[in-house]
Amino acid sequence: MGDLLQFAVSGLTVGAVYALVALGFTLIYNASEVVNFAQGEFVMLGGMGTVFFATLGFSLPVAALMAIVLAVIVGLMLHAFVIAPARGADAVTLIILTIGASLVIRGAVPIIYDKQFHKLPGFSGEESIRIAGASIQPQAFWVVGGMVLVVLALHLFLNHTRFGKAVIATSVSPLAAKLVGINTAFVVGFSFAISAGIGALAGILVTPVTLTSYDVGTILALKGFAAAVLGGIGNPVGAVLGGLLVGLLEALAAGLISSSYKDAAAFITIILVLLVMPNGLAGIKHIERV
Amino acid sequence: MAALNPRYRTLLAILALIILPGLVMPSTFYYRIGALVFISAVAVIGINLLMGYAGQVSLGHAGFFAIGGYACAILPVRYGIDPLLAALIGVVLAGLLAFAVGRPILRLRGHYLAVATLGLGLLIGLVLTNEVWLTGGPDGMQVPRASVFGVRLRSAEHWYWISGAVLFLAAWIAANLFDSPTGRALRALRDSLVAAEVMGIRAARYKLIVFVLSAVYAAVAGAMLALFNGLVTPDNASFLHSVELVTMVVIGGMGSLIGSIVGAAVLVILPQVLTVFHEYETLLLGVLIILFMLFLRQGIAPGIAALFKRRPA
Repeated sequence: MGDLLQFAVSGLTVGAVYALVALGFTLIYNASEVVNFAQGEFVMLGGMGTVFFATLGFSLPVAALMAIVLAVIVGLMLHAFVIAPARGADAVTLIILTIGASLVIRGAVPIIYDKQFHKLPGFSGEESIRIAGASIQPQAFWVVGGMVLVVLALHLFLNHTRFGKAVIATSVSPLAAKLVGINTAFVVGFSFAISAGIGALAGILVTPVTLTSYDVGTILALKGFAAAVLGGIGNPVGAVLGGLLVGLLEALAAGLISSSYKDAAAFITIILVLLVMPNGLAGIKHIERV
Repeated sequence: MAALNPRYRTLLAILALIILPGLVMPSTFYYRIGALVFISAVAVIGINLLMGYAGQVSLGHAGFFAIGGYACAILPVRYGIDPLLAALIGVVLAGLLAFAVGRPILRLRGHYLAVATLGLGLLIGLVLTNEVWLTGGPDGMQVPRASVFGVRLRSAEHWYWISGAVLFLAAWIAANLFDSPTGRALRALRDSLVAAEVMGIRAARYKLIVFVLSAVYAAVAGAMLALFNGLVTPDNASFLHSVELVTMVVIGGMGSLIGSIVGAAVLVILPQVLTVFHEYETLLLGVLIILFMLFLRQGIAPGIAALFKRRPA
């Protein structure tokens, strides 16, 4: 029982990060139909940026804030210099563009800073809490709590503000949104900024648990993408559920079967789910926009 | 030239691209680079059949590539099979695996297909990394040299001509396929699945044919690389390798045979040049990929062809 609880907690912690990456994917995908493989780099920038600014002498909260601002700026640049000029390109070209951008970001970090692994101190200390036979790092609460807050804030923003509704309108039909006077280009740029910020926040929250280095982005992007697809691409609720599910599956496979095959469990499940439900868990049959 | 069928013109151009540089290569180093370009180009033509002709994406073909390569290591070392026979068995295995998983996976579309193929490639990579008793684990395995009629195939020059010949054969088959009823069916699928099905084209069957063929091409390339390098590692199956192959297709030009070779050449030669810049290598590679994609969106080969058409000589 204690073991299972232990697996569940570590699964939810990693899963919360996948969920945030998947949410970032979804926001950008809905606004622009771009599958952004640079999403994992924002998570890396959050963690590495905080470490970097902290070594410059800033206190941790200030450094974390600066890292988020840095990621948002990079996200805006990604949109302005890579995605916007490629308007009208096909999906594969756009994917390769974002992979090119992720190489640029990943290549720039070691030049500016270093290639070492870095850790951040836990926000509420490192002392584990023992609950029902499982020992839980307090940081786990920060990660899961942070994810819940982001999801709630995003939900309120999208459904209860004028600009949030403009974002939804753009994702439903860019043309119709334009016709009613919504600045869709601004909405797309905004989606890149907010996705970058969410990614960076995830990176800051999870670095005390998992460490960070310049090259952690790729695998996070893959897991986040898989989670978004598992949930049904374009569906924010599905993205969050998909992320948590992938995290849980991994932790259970690592604990019960073998830690070297934890990635296999997640992807086998995803392939099987897709074979039964070709549009993901929460997918809608008709997603083509005509 | 103008009277020639465009298919023959393309094949003649490819023949020239293979033979002419081979006659003037100044050193082993250049033969080596040439062989690496041709080997990648074989896999790229296969993926181009899948993407450019049939409009299906795969982010996992490095998995098939690695199956071809590991067969050349595992079968001779552990079971004493001749390396060339082992290569053949590896290619058949990759084809069979593609056939088995292709039918269910190819029902998926777009991003869902991308994730399923990505997962497939990742699973193959995981098995190669973790089954140390069979595959040597993360460090990989030595591959014994192949020999034909008592000649050991080890020099870069040998492999330049072998991979060149295989590349020409691969291009010839692809060109003929393009002009065959199967090729027309595939192009119809790419342009409109629904319209093609209404015309009576059995979409699932044609998608499966081209998926298996592209897996076979990837495995042939993987086997050649293994025999040429004398080493296989799980990196052969990595996601980045899959992406590299897809990027070669897109940079060279989707649906273009010469583009496949040009794309492979660009991504094989660029890192060699960029090693001079050492620390900046990843950064510059990313910048160049972005620039290619922004300014030659339909790929290098079709892009240049369009330039020539605009200014008749």
